[in-house]
Amino acid sequence: MLEVSNLACTRGERTLFRGVSFALEARGLLHVAGTNGSGKTSLLRILCGLGAADAGEVRWRGEPTRALREAYWREVVYLGHANALKDDLSATENLRIACTLAGRPTTAGAVRNALDSFGLAACAHLPVRALSQGQKRRSALARLALSGQAPMWILDEPFSALDVAAVSHLETLILAHVTGGGNVIFTTHQTAAIDASITQRFDLDAVAEKDPC
Amino acid sequence: MLSVMRNVIARDLTLAWRRRADVFVSVLFFVIVASLFPLGIGPEPKLLRVIGPGVVWVAALLASMLALSRLFADDYADGTLEQMLIGATPLSMIVIAKVFAHWIAANLPLVLIAPLLGLQFGLPADALAVLALALALGTPSLSLIGAIGAALTLGLRGGGVLLALLVLPLYAPVLILGSLAVEATATGMTAQPYLLLLAAMSLAALSLAPWAIAAALRISYE
Repeated sequence: MLEVSNLACTRGERTLFRGVSFALEARGLLHVAGTNGSGKTSLLRILCGLGAADAGEVRWRGEPTRALREAYWREVVYLGHANALKDDLSATENLRIACTLAGRPTTAGAVRNALDSFGLAACAHLPVRALSQGQKRRSALARLALSGQAPMWILDEPFSALDVAAVSHLETLILAHVTGGGNVIFTTHQTAAIDASITQRFDLDAVAEKDPC
Repeated sequence: MLSVMRNVIARDLTLAWRRRADVFVSVLFFVIVASLFPLGIGPEPKLLRVIGPGVVWVAALLASMLALSRLFADDYADGTLEQMLIGATPLSMIVIAKVFAHWIAANLPLVLIAPLLGLQFGLPADALAVLALALALGTPSLSLIGAIGAALTLGLRGGGVLLALLVLPLYAPVLILGSLAVEATATGMTAQPYLLLLAAMSLAALSLAPWAIAAALRISYE
């Protein structure tokens, strides 16, 4: 479904990676690994179309994503480092607008259930500025509970700032999405975050330029 | 698509309402700048009547520009803009919704309060009405042109000053037509051609600027 061929990315003078190629079939779960600064975030941003690659191409169902644009973005959920939450809106309002922007309008009940499943029922109506770091991350992740139809999830460090219960809930959600026919690409530094037996692993350190920065 | 635009407008207006101090600041700025001129120049009715239209327009221009940097900065900082860039709706449509909401929150109050400020300059009643009308027709193009600058200077250090340098020269035609419209009415001539030209400029900006803004936003990210 997603094919990546010969991607290269440079930041200033420094080449982050070159010749990155892999393919992800349906029900693919890909763990992008690498040390800090190896270009994991840059790679994910290129995959979802936010960043431009210096060389190479990303194809979705055989078509280059740069030509597909909205048709591709309708099928992608991207969660970056930034939570994309408005401090002055409540978790409920944030979730509704996020789903609307993604082209998947929801109902009030579905939003309540999604927040509930991430343990946010009690603070669903507080402005997000009043929430803790972990609660903010959970409100951002609650989008995933409403994004089952989007076949491609691209998650940048989804497990950061989460407690044990939330980590295991997110794992279940990711595994359910993959077994349901979706794809997930994620980065994480947590070692045992997701069962390694079904995970493809792509190590950016293996394709990194060898010269020291 | 229309429902997405409606939702974005509703969201931005809710945000503006919850942070209404920001709106208040730019209105207050407008009132103070326009009021300093009569104080500085002195109570000479004839002179005030001549400079009135221009002064109110320049003050409105500055106040409108003051609010511009907020247009995309918050969405950029918290990552919402990323989600808009890779959303299911074309970015230019979302941009139109955002600029429209921004115009209501930042410029409509200026339009409404301008006739009151015009009184300080002894403008006649029909000139006051034309002043509000000219602002209502001209400020949409200010918001749209300004949004291109705001998108280009997104995430830059010292972007605020750069934004002013980029945008203020482009505001000149609107300023000239807008104050001519009020002057024409005050001297007993018709303001219609100027008002029509202002409306035409806003429509032209509406049809061209959203694509430029969307392209500028993508450039800021890549």
